[in-house]
Amino acid sequence: MKEIINLPVHSIEEEEYHINMGPQHPSTHGVLRLVVTLQGEIVKKVQPHCGYIHRGIEKMCEKDTFQQIIHLTDRMDYLSAHINNHAVCLLVEGALGIEVPERVKYIRTIIDELARIQSHQLWWSSFGMDLGGLTCFFYGLRDREHILDIFEESFGSRLLHSYYTPGGLMRDIHPNFQKRTKEFLKYFRKKIRDYDKILSGNIIFTERSKGIGTMSKEKAINYGVTGPSGRGSGWACDVRKKFPYALYDKVEFREVLRDEGDTYARYMVRMDEMRESMKIIEQLIDNIPEGDFTAKMKPIIKLPAGEYYQRVETARGELGIYCISDGNKTPLRMKFRTPSFVNLGVLDIISRDMKIADLVAIGASLDLVIPDIDR
Amino acid sequence: MNSFYTYFAEIFRGLKSLLIGMSVTGRYFFSPGQIVTQQYPENRKKLKMFDRFKGDLIMPHDQNNQHRCTGCGICETNCPNGSIEVISDRIELPDGKKKRIIDKHIYHLSMCTFCGLCVKTCPSNALAWDQTFEHAVFDRSKLTKILNKPGSSIIKDIE
Repeated sequence: MKEIINLPVHSIEEEEYHINMGPQHPSTHGVLRLVVTLQGEIVKKVQPHCGYIHRGIEKMCEKDTFQQIIHLTDRMDYLSAHINNHAVCLLVEGALGIEVPERVKYIRTIIDELARIQSHQLWWSSFGMDLGGLTCFFYGLRDREHILDIFEESFGSRLLHSYYTPGGLMRDIHPNFQKRTKEFLKYFRKKIRDYDKILSGNIIFTERSKGIGTMSKEKAINYGVTGPSGRGSGWACDVRKKFPYALYDKVEFREVLRDEGDTYARYMVRMDEMRESMKIIEQLIDNIPEGDFTAKMKPIIKLPAGEYYQRVETARGELGIYCISDGNKTPLRMKFRTPSFVNLGVLDIISRDMKIADLVAIGASLDLVIPDIDR
Repeated sequence: MNSFYTYFAEIFRGLKSLLIGMSVTGRYFFSPGQIVTQQYPENRKKLKMFDRFKGDLIMPHDQNNQHRCTGCGICETNCPNGSIEVISDRIELPDGKKKRIIDKHIYHLSMCTFCGLCVKTCPSNALAWDQTFEHAVFDRSKLTKILNKPGSSIIKDIE
């Protein structure tokens, strides 16, 4: 009897155990598998397992010409498809030394910012839904529909556009484009106030996001967390400011920075970025100059042999494209530095010693797009 | 006393934030303004897609059953996925010259990614996008389409 009493008692709080979150889990927004080590309800370790939607886009680029690569980059980060296309176009134009017409630069900048707004709208919707507010999902998608209609009217598709080509655009914008965009801006200025009322000030939301998943500026820099997630930790990493492309050196906008580094800071950075994007569009939409929608390009593009690197700021962070060319019409090697893959790396560190419900909030605040992780 | 006060202040602030959020949802509930949901299967008669919508690749024919395709194969080489096959014949003209005409222009809808390179690069504007979007069929082989109509020929002035 005495021996039985002296046995060490193992309660479930002391023992660590593993559970799979994903690959089919609604809060991972895709096929991401997280092996979570738990002690009771406390997260001790998160091991992401990638590769469930790996399509070998980098390898497929090696058989495609530079015009054909465009449609593959759509399928990496499908929410900022235009901005991915922009990166390839800038790479080719920079390597060949082509100056695109001023009209193309205006249109590209406007469309990039529209893509950023619709990406953040979808993020806002799904963030609210992950934390239990289904109303956000309906309101966010309702407003995103307006941008998708603008896209559909001008480019013919809603999600995967392949609208940019090296040297310009596939075709000119639709005559209704400017009118519709201005209508949208007027509409969305009102609706974004509703967003703040529903979620930003909500006591349940703030309790679940403030002080959760705090990432210091050092950690953000060490792990290379770019985009709104990095700027929520106070790291000024906006490629549009640091290495301006298109018209970003001519328009006025503020690089949104917050110092708290928690989930709420990352949330507020994205909310403010939507307003900044609207400000950029408003400066440009009335001044689109007349002219060609494409520069003169040869039908077969051959880059001179060498190495090239081009970076752009997508809705999730810095997208870098590293390309080695041997002078042929297809690249020898393409490497994409996608923002979601790099941002995923910090998930383990910032979610340690949090509750498992907080892991959902942290994962949503990093705004991961799974095809962007796996390529 | 101070902590007691902040405790209740926190509760009332929380309640107020919830009520502000519910005022927005309540406003939409009682005055929806514009109903944005489309009643899709019911409205398919009236539903009109945008003119530029990329639904299905077609080869426009005129009233004489004539198209503009010369069978050059540029669309086939530009397609990233091999969803276009152009099978062409060589016929001998009365003056002894040989001319290429298309036998079959095969389009695999199941492999198409709708990048639009075929329509953009076609030198004689023979291809266009249709606005159909209901592509679901029971058999995969039905997604392979022959774009030139039987018995069609090329418009004379296209070279």
